[in-house]
Amino acid sequence: MEESSKRSEQRKEMEKERKKGEKKRRKEEEEEEEEILIFNHKSAEKEKEDEDLSDSEDSVFSGLEDSGSDSEDDDDDDEDLKVDQNLSQQVKKEEDVQSSLKKKDEEEEVKRDEYEHDSSDEEDIRNTVGNIPMEWYKDFPHIGYDLDGKKIYKPIRNKDELDDFLDKMENPDYWRTVQDKQTGSDVVLSDEQVELVKRLQRGQFGDVNFNEYQPQVEFFTQEVMLHPVTNRPADKRSFIPSLLEKDKVSKLVHAIKMGWIKPRRDSRDDSRGRYYDLWASEDTSNLARHRMHLPAPKIPLPGHHESYNPPPEYLFTDEERALWEQQDPVDRKFPFVPRSFSSLRLVPAFPRFIHERFERCLDLYLCPRQRKMRVNVNPEDLIPKLPKPKDLQPFPTTQSLVYRGHSGLVRSISVSPSGQWLASGSDDGSVRFWEICSSRCLKTVQVGGAVKSVAWNPNPSVCLLAVALDSAVLILSPALADRQVVLSSDRLLSAPQEAEPIEGDGLVNWSDTEGEELNQGIRLKIQHPKAVQQVAWHTKGDYLASVMPDHSSHLQVLIHQVSRRRSQNPFRKNKGLVQSVSFHPIRPYFFVATQRSVRIYNLVKQDLTKKLHANSKWISSMAVHPGGDHVICGSYDCKLSWFDLDLSTKPYRMLRHHRKAVRSVAYHRLYPLFASAADDGSIIVCHGTVYNDLLQNPLIVPVKVLRGHVITHELGVLDVTFHPTQPWIFSSGADATIRLFT
Amino acid sequence: MGGLQKKKFERGSAANYITRNKARRKLQLSLPDFRRLCILKGIYPHEPKHKKKVNKGSTAARTFYLLKDIRFLLHEPIVGKFRDYKVFVRRLKKAYGKTEWSAVERLRENKPTYKLDHIIKERYPSFIDALRDIDDALCMCFLFSTFARTGKCHVQTIQLCRRLTVEWMNYVITSSALRKVFISIKGIYYQAEVMGQLITWVVPYQFSHDHPTDVDYRVMATFTELYTTLLGFVNFRLYHSLNLIYPPKMDSKVEMDQMEDDDYAMTSESNSEKLSALSASLARAVSSAEEEEAELDQFPVEGEDIEQMEAKEKEQKQQKLFKGLKFFLNREAPRESLAFVIRCFGGEVSWDKSLCIGSTYEVTDETITHHIADRPNIEKQYINRYYIQPQWVYDCVNAKMLLPVEDYFLGVNLPPHLSPFVEEKEGDYVPPEKLKIMALQRGEKPANEEEEEDEEEGEEEEEEEGDEEEEEEEDEEEEAEEKNLKMMEEQRSQGKSLQVKVTPGKVKAENSARLEEEEKAEEKRLAIMMMKKKEKYLYDKIMFGKKRKVREANKLAAKRKAHDDAEKSKKKKAKK
Repeated sequence: MEESSKRSEQRKEMEKERKKGEKKRRKEEEEEEEEILIFNHKSAEKEKEDEDLSDSEDSVFSGLEDSGSDSEDDDDDDEDLKVDQNLSQQVKKEEDVQSSLKKKDEEEEVKRDEYEHDSSDEEDIRNTVGNIPMEWYKDFPHIGYDLDGKKIYKPIRNKDELDDFLDKMENPDYWRTVQDKQTGSDVVLSDEQVELVKRLQRGQFGDVNFNEYQPQVEFFTQEVMLHPVTNRPADKRSFIPSLLEKDKVSKLVHAIKMGWIKPRRDSRDDSRGRYYDLWASEDTSNLARHRMHLPAPKIPLPGHHESYNPPPEYLFTDEERALWEQQDPVDRKFPFVPRSFSSLRLVPAFPRFIHERFERCLDLYLCPRQRKMRVNVNPEDLIPKLPKPKDLQPFPTTQSLVYRGHSGLVRSISVSPSGQWLASGSDDGSVRFWEICSSRCLKTVQVGGAVKSVAWNPNPSVCLLAVALDSAVLILSPALADRQVVLSSDRLLSAPQEAEPIEGDGLVNWSDTEGEELNQGIRLKIQHPKAVQQVAWHTKGDYLASVMPDHSSHLQVLIHQVSRRRSQNPFRKNKGLVQSVSFHPIRPYFFVATQRSVRIYNLVKQDLTKKLHANSKWISSMAVHPGGDHVICGSYDCKLSWFDLDLSTKPYRMLRHHRKAVRSVAYHRLYPLFASAADDGSIIVCHGTVYNDLLQNPLIVPVKVLRGHVITHELGVLDVTFHPTQPWIFSSGADATIRLFT
Repeated sequence: MGGLQKKKFERGSAANYITRNKARRKLQLSLPDFRRLCILKGIYPHEPKHKKKVNKGSTAARTFYLLKDIRFLLHEPIVGKFRDYKVFVRRLKKAYGKTEWSAVERLRENKPTYKLDHIIKERYPSFIDALRDIDDALCMCFLFSTFARTGKCHVQTIQLCRRLTVEWMNYVITSSALRKVFISIKGIYYQAEVMGQLITWVVPYQFSHDHPTDVDYRVMATFTELYTTLLGFVNFRLYHSLNLIYPPKMDSKVEMDQMEDDDYAMTSESNSEKLSALSASLARAVSSAEEEEAELDQFPVEGEDIEQMEAKEKEQKQQKLFKGLKFFLNREAPRESLAFVIRCFGGEVSWDKSLCIGSTYEVTDETITHHIADRPNIEKQYINRYYIQPQWVYDCVNAKMLLPVEDYFLGVNLPPHLSPFVEEKEGDYVPPEKLKIMALQRGEKPANEEEEEDEEEGEEEEEEEGDEEEEEEEDEEEEAEEKNLKMMEEQRSQGKSLQVKVTPGKVKAENSARLEEEEKAEEKRLAIMMMKKKEKYLYDKIMFGKKRKVREANKLAAKRKAHDDAEKSKKKKAKK
């Protein structure tokens, strides 16, 4: 136990000593570090110089590269260089120094050989551990191994601080005592060694005998020497031109020759910013050069809306703003919202400014340009110059009489050829006779059914009225004329007794009326197989045509001869739904209006002479000019077409005056007037002069729009007729009235 | 005859047009280069009349160019430059790839450039042509000169634009060509009359731009390239027409004065800054004194030209609108715009030294007549000057006269700023402020005029209303008549003995003029019925446009009336 404790004590002491030694060493190290640093500076400078030199030499004399850079090494430089090269491994260097010192110590007497200063592969012979950090042995009692492989023990040191101090005070050689790390023993430096250290510290060469101011031997001077400095023969490449360089140069020369490489331009900015008088010589030849060039339109100038402080009326109200926001950007009237600022400094930047400029740019180079001819027309000039209506008088202008009495729609009216009486048929099942001048209802005949059509016999020598209701046509003799006339009409009706209808083919049933009906004036009843829509008299007053529109049958039109009580069906084929028929006033022609066209038949030759194409969907009514050469057709698609039979089968003129379906059209017998009545409650009276000269087209001038009828159940005026002699017009409407316009 | 029959789309209109892609292939250019070429040469697509014929029967949407235009492009030397550039880029890339820096440097130094002089000359054969088309150039340059150096375009371009615009403004000042100014929410519009051409441009407000992402800056840059060249040549010519030195220099006298003040005025940079301050007059090639002597005598050419002479006189008067007035700009007022406008009309202007270079006198100067500030109040005010808001200057310019300053004092609610570009035709809505100014121009007193106008308007409205009423009355009359008739008829039908009674009839006063008018209206209506379909369509269109105009004018008037009424009632309430 004691031994162990002793040992431990010993160890402790040893450790202490070691620590002290370390401290000391550190101090020394620091000192030496400084030295080393100084060395470094110097050597670094030297190195630089060397490098510079060598570089320049390299470049200049490429042939003499290795003419003696290694061999020229200075003796003393070597050590320094050695030290310098690895600055980081300070310990090692220190050891180097130390080792070198030791070496000197030991081998001073040894004869100098050429490796005298070369310590690179020199080993410390006393300790074989090599060049290692000695801390590695700090926990061991030994410090290394000698040549024989035996441990070198650390010297027993029992110096403490006090001992050290005492040593310092008493030992005169203390200052030159250095611990050798390799052996751990203290070494007292000799005078020479101290001198060396001092010299090194001063930055002088270690060798005392070295003369640093030797006269320089100039190897390379401008003077050509007789003999080469080195024995080395010059490289071949030093006197043969370089092929590589030649290649490069020739390439450059070729490139310059070919104009691939151009000399540098010196002033480049001048060319950009230099302006001169471009238009100094304005030659007209250039001007004349033709190009389909249109200058771009200028940007429209801003209005009040765009002001930063516009009048209040130009600002958006809330609704306008909402509308603006809803609208597509393309549809907006302004691309911005007008805003108002109380002062100029509050106006912000416009966010779409760059956009607008960019869009302008796009417009300039991407938009096709077109010269748009602006119609600079005075709208007044577009209105056709027509003769004034005033000059075309007489025509009906004002409503003068209203005939009231019917309780249903008045479908049809007819004026007696004498111009004294007016007959009207209504949906209330009555036919009324009116005195025109007084608007008195003279007679009412209840026929017992909605009356579709009434027609006075145009022959002035008889007084008969044809009435169409349901599937029957009634011939009335209202006895509203001279006795003579009444008698003659009676005679006409009673005449045919002798020739009984044989060819009536049983379709039509002629019958005399009796009793009550006879008293009312109904004389004849012609029973048809189907509902009759319209009746029309021939001018002579003997023939009567009745229309029974039917899609599927050829039996649509019947022509009756009243005097002989005969009926016949003129057509064998169905050519469309017949709308209305009419006899030619002079010649033996028969007009049949179907939905889309008007056919004109020659009754004598019994063939089709003409087919007029009305450019309308559905013809509603037709009227033939008293001259017989012109026809007008009204249609449900608001059109009125005027046909000139001599001109063409296409309408000479289409008139779209009405807003709604045209119900009825009529010509005046004497005056050049015609009228159309429509569901919009208006009657339009037009002046239509027909010239005898074939070269001159008829002149059509609307002269008056007559209103008066009240629209009931979407129906306005249903029928219109002119007075036979006066420029008066009668109209019957859905409001159960008949009106006279004079 | 003879020869081969041509195929279907090898003649006629199809042979005159070429699609964009074909044109591009013909020119052997990439699309961006083609675009650039079109921009520089001013080539734009054409819309053929019969698209299907030109498009070889197809109806697909295509852009067509005139074949002539494309042929014309074929001979353009710039096309070669574009190709050079392409090669340059390729070489540069190669050099970079090989890390041959010397080659890169050499290539860069020899970067191919092109000049646009010949294009300008070609597009604008005469100087007037160039002036006519300079609006867009000015707008674009003014916009680019406000760009920050953010890499949206080259810094040199921005600097060049700035230089050119400053030169332009200096020219306008020297020739006092400015006619109209308008502060809009987009920017400030200026209109100048140069050589008889009205030139309008817009300058954005001095704020940094929020650069949009959906804008192709390459297109804009190409346009700017063209426009800077154009503007440079135009400036050169304009300066020489006024005997000014180009590039502009400041008048030597002024410069000398300033050199005493500050030494750094010598440097070129501050020189350009000074120019942009717009405070100094420019140097002339011929000294100004000589020129004034050689002023032209005015020959009264013919008697009929009196009107023109008067207009000229007026113009001259306008040019000297601010002559003798001394302005001082507070720092918050837009300096450049105000300085430009005031100097254009002969006024003197200065600002705070610290605000910008080139101020000529201090705030403390006693001779200042107008102090322009844009804030509600200024603490230290001098007695012998008016403190006004900037709008006064612009309104004066547009009214061509000095307006009363009372409406423009600091803190006062400004009168509306009207656009000087609007010329009201008959039937258009004229805002009352404009009427006021017009009255002032005629030399009338303002207050009465306004009332009169109001009255007139009122009367008109009443008349209109009256018309309607009369019509209604007529209708009523008719109805009444009819009712009477009905009554009578009813009585009759009831079989009662008619109560025959003769009442003295009233003489119906017939307004003959009115009747005539009605007749005419009726006539017109009937004639319109007889119009042909085509004409009717056109007529309806025209009438629709007219009616819309009237409607809009009425709407504005109504809005204004409502606003005024609201204001009045507010005032009344405030009084109570």
